[in-house]
Amino acid sequence: MPYTAIDTEHLLRSLAPQVLGVLLRRDGDFTAAEDAVQEAMVAATRQWPLSGQPDNPLGWLIRVANRRVIDERRGDEARRRRELLASSWSLPDPEPLPAHDDALLLLFLCCHPVLLPASAIPLTLRAVGGLTTREIAAAFLVPEPTMAQRISRAKTKVKAAGSRFRMPAEEEMHERVASVLRVLYLLFNEGYATSAGPDLHRTDLSGEAIRLSRALVAWLPDDPEVAGLLALMLLTDARRAARTTESGALVALAEQDRQRWDRSLIAEGSAVLNEALSRRSVGEYQLQAMVTSVHSRTATHGDTDWTEIAALYELLERLTGNPMVTLNRAVAVAMAEGPHAGLALLEPLAARLGSHHRWVAARAHLLQLAGDEAGAAETFAQAAAGATNLREQEHMLQLAASARGAGAAHDDAVVETGHS
Amino acid sequence: MRFVLLQNYGEVASMCPPMTEWSAKDIKAHIDFQHAMNADLIERGELVNAQGLAEPDQAKFVVADGAGGAVIIDGPFPESKELIAGFRLVDVDSMERALEIATLLSAAPGMGGESIRQPIEVRQVMSAPDPEM
Repeated sequence: MPYTAIDTEHLLRSLAPQVLGVLLRRDGDFTAAEDAVQEAMVAATRQWPLSGQPDNPLGWLIRVANRRVIDERRGDEARRRRELLASSWSLPDPEPLPAHDDALLLLFLCCHPVLLPASAIPLTLRAVGGLTTREIAAAFLVPEPTMAQRISRAKTKVKAAGSRFRMPAEEEMHERVASVLRVLYLLFNEGYATSAGPDLHRTDLSGEAIRLSRALVAWLPDDPEVAGLLALMLLTDARRAARTTESGALVALAEQDRQRWDRSLIAEGSAVLNEALSRRSVGEYQLQAMVTSVHSRTATHGDTDWTEIAALYELLERLTGNPMVTLNRAVAVAMAEGPHAGLALLEPLAARLGSHHRWVAARAHLLQLAGDEAGAAETFAQAAAGATNLREQEHMLQLAASARGAGAAHDDAVVETGHS
Repeated sequence: MRFVLLQNYGEVASMCPPMTEWSAKDIKAHIDFQHAMNADLIERGELVNAQGLAEPDQAKFVVADGAGGAVIIDGPFPESKELIAGFRLVDVDSMERALEIATLLSAAPGMGGESIRQPIEVRQVMSAPDPEM
């Protein structure tokens, strides 16, 4: 089979974290090493498809990246000492350490708790995922120089935090793993949320998140929350085809054609989840995956076991104290026990979430369930005004209109009855 | 979070006269300021786009006539002060940061190097929806 650019890309992406790991072990300067690996990758992308892949691609990349680090450090001096450097290039290739260790350590660096997700995500995609700055910039619809700077500042921040290229100490392990899981979770969401319509050409960020989570499960096999996150992603990703119309409009869970859910992803996600649950150390990702799994194994929306979902949300609420979870629980309780029980849970959240459009939208849904179409119409319109994303706003406007329509039809019926 | 920071041709709080009345030095200082702002926003990894728009008297309004065609209206427009002069699209961590950038932009140097105190309209760009999990 002829050697193609695609082959180069796959190979480079798997080698990138290994090369970076070797450089970091030698030198420890994250900022310089990461830039150098990126440059070596770009050089390989240009040269290999033309000149053929080197016999030892890993060694080639390490040599080129290493040269960049040294060039960068010595600046002009490098030119004068070229001979000296040339001798260092011909040193035997270092024995590469097991790749998974390096990639895991990199993941800890890139998802450092000092970074906000907007910086940690692109840094992770570059240093661990092996994507180029250009690809990442395109995926986030940001110009390449802006993204390059964002990544560069992120590395400086990690360095300033004094983080080293080694396993976190036992006592900070929990926090560091939690930080990695959060970044991967948000990366998945970023991809899933934009995986429709005109954004289809974007790098498959959800796929990246799943790829990295799969690897993480292999690296940290004893942490059931890692498996819980992978299960959550697989079970959610299974709905992808049913989640949008051909024109890219959002299809709510209740209206999705469940025949279009990906059965093999559901089977895999369920297996991963069951294995995690057998360890009897439940956490927020396992609980979220369990909620998703309830839907996955239910044939129609009408058959949903809302009592079970409400119970899962109650556990999640106790674990996280997150008011958004309480909001979800209120909706599940409304489905299980009736709208008034749900509204009773929702109202006390007003102080914490009252201005948030999700709270307003949930309230509108429950008012509609309770038969108050006029109140629902008004509240859906209010939710539309507060929405911060276009698809949700469109959805709320439509619900407001149909609630108004239902209210009007109801009034007509009353008038007709009055006449008869 | 993305925000558009909009500037229009409306009155500015400093009552600074229009740029056509400024000295060459003041104009240069203003332009240098705008370039430095963009460079700083790129350096911080925040700038998505920055564009200035052609003058309002070059603007056109297009209104469909309901029969497949359109009525095209040329300037000048009496309400030209409401037209957009330029915008920056930034991708930042918080609303607070967007307001901080707008504060800097509003203080751009005008005639005699005094702050123009131009109003900056800060508008959040709609994002993609979260997954229904």
